[in-house]
Amino acid sequence: MTDGNIISIEGIARRYPAPGGKGKSTTIFENLWLGVRRGEFVCTIGHSGCGKTTVLNILAGLDAPSEGTVIVDGQAIDGPSLDRAVIFQSHALLPWLSVQGNVAFAVRSRWPDWSAARIEEQARRFIALVGLAGSERKRPAELSGGMKQRVGIARALSIEPKILLMDEPFSALDALTRGTLQDEARRICMETGQTTYMITHDIDEAIYLADRIVLMTNGPGARVAEIVENPLPRDRARTDLYRHPSYYPLRNHLIEFLVTRSRTLRDAPADGWDPRHPPVVRPGAHPELVPGEPSLHSVPNALSA
Amino acid sequence: MNVSLNVRAAVLSVGILVLFLAAWYAATTGSGPVAPMDPEYAKLMGLTATQGKSAMPGPLDVAATLWGHLRDPFYVRGTNDVGLGIQLGHSVLRVAGGYLLAVLVAVPGGFLIGMSPLMSRALDPFIQVMKPISPLAWMPLALYTIKDSGKSAIFVIFICSLWPMLINTAFGVANTRKEWLNVARTLEVGTLRRAFLVILPAAAPTILTGMRISIGIAWLVIVAAEMLVGGTGIGYFVWNEWNNLSITNVITAILVIGLVGMILDQALARVARLVTFPE
Repeated sequence: MTDGNIISIEGIARRYPAPGGKGKSTTIFENLWLGVRRGEFVCTIGHSGCGKTTVLNILAGLDAPSEGTVIVDGQAIDGPSLDRAVIFQSHALLPWLSVQGNVAFAVRSRWPDWSAARIEEQARRFIALVGLAGSERKRPAELSGGMKQRVGIARALSIEPKILLMDEPFSALDALTRGTLQDEARRICMETGQTTYMITHDIDEAIYLADRIVLMTNGPGARVAEIVENPLPRDRARTDLYRHPSYYPLRNHLIEFLVTRSRTLRDAPADGWDPRHPPVVRPGAHPELVPGEPSLHSVPNALSA
Repeated sequence: MNVSLNVRAAVLSVGILVLFLAAWYAATTGSGPVAPMDPEYAKLMGLTATQGKSAMPGPLDVAATLWGHLRDPFYVRGTNDVGLGIQLGHSVLRVAGGYLLAVLVAVPGGFLIGMSPLMSRALDPFIQVMKPISPLAWMPLALYTIKDSGKSAIFVIFICSLWPMLINTAFGVANTRKEWLNVARTLEVGTLRRAFLVILPAAAPTILTGMRISIGIAWLVIVAAEMLVGGTGIGYFVWNEWNNLSITNVITAILVIGLVGMILDQALARVARLVTFPE
């Protein structure tokens, strides 16, 4: 893998023993290679059961691969680390602590030597960053789902991790809240140059947030079918995404993958598919797809399911 | 009708009480048959035989006795004649001693069992065998080894308070939500910090449930234990008054035992509310 990668997943596999310990074990995925560059936002898309959460848990150090290693910042990982913060799908706030207490708990874990005042200040800063200034004393039970997840984000960011890992962080929220939080997440990650690895099954979320989108086929026996480079400009805004000529080709490409190719590519990978170097595609950016020349891909919604 | 549920419940409670007292009063005032007897002999007989008074005390007798005890709860007029407050004090102190010892053993022990699947399985058969043993069955063994009736009673309280707390603590610790433990893991929280700042608060409501069950059992058992060991305590008082054939005092003691038990339970319920977290 190239040196520019802060995360390098090298040939990992995850197998679960058959029930009762007899018979063949189930391979969720094997020989999985993936690199994430510093400052990059990578989304993984795939159906349930393709092992994307397992990959994230391995990155977080909460799960261990059956084979292979993951190298983060030049070192093979060995369990969880404060360098890799996780935003959990279920926010996972400690309900007996206040908002301030939850964030301060993380800050104190990161810098045990800091004075109480400094810890409080750091926690306050990140609570304000996610727009929750004034709610420091509230308990998680007094917050809405979106606000809870904001606290989860503040807690993860407050330890200033090298890598932010997000496990479908917005999937439990209503559409409006989800949109706002995606905006916030994007703003914060852009501002801080945060390296982020996120899993989702929401195509629009991936299009809006990701620099690169990793497509995983169905499991068991899942593989990285291809890596999609996001052709949209980095300074994209949610409101006019759809006006970009590459938007629909990209969206259709992803939908088509989830609808059919996530299944077919598991059973029979494409010709010349190399697990170490899965094909990189850039939908909508092909020469034949320049705006003005009609083609299947440039017709909006041609393939949308 | 817009009267709040609390008011209606209170009215109903008072109604039930009045009804019960009236029934009790009516049942104990009726005069039974009076046999003609020699006045000299009648002096030796109780009112039941001479005036047909019910053998069971009525609510007014009990109220008068209770008032007498409440007016002077701490008198000492000899080894077998001390105030109800002193007797209760002995019982409460014994319960407190045995119970606190049990907390000291059960909470750390429960943590160990809850955190270690190995210990959980290894200790499970012992707990399963020990738990159903009536605490009073330990009494002879305690008296034989400790050779002190007061301390034996404390030991019996200890052994009966132990199991609910131990089992609940272990259960609460073992069922700490995986996501909270994962938060602690990703934050590289050390073992002690995790135990005190994540697992303990997470398990606290379950631990307090165990403690509440235990204090209830301890208060049940102390009466029986004191009947056996004798000397002091509310249980001894009940048995002593039975031997005196003072049913009035027995009923008074029953009432007081219930009230103290309720206070103990409510005190722990209040503590439980402090550590309960809304989700």
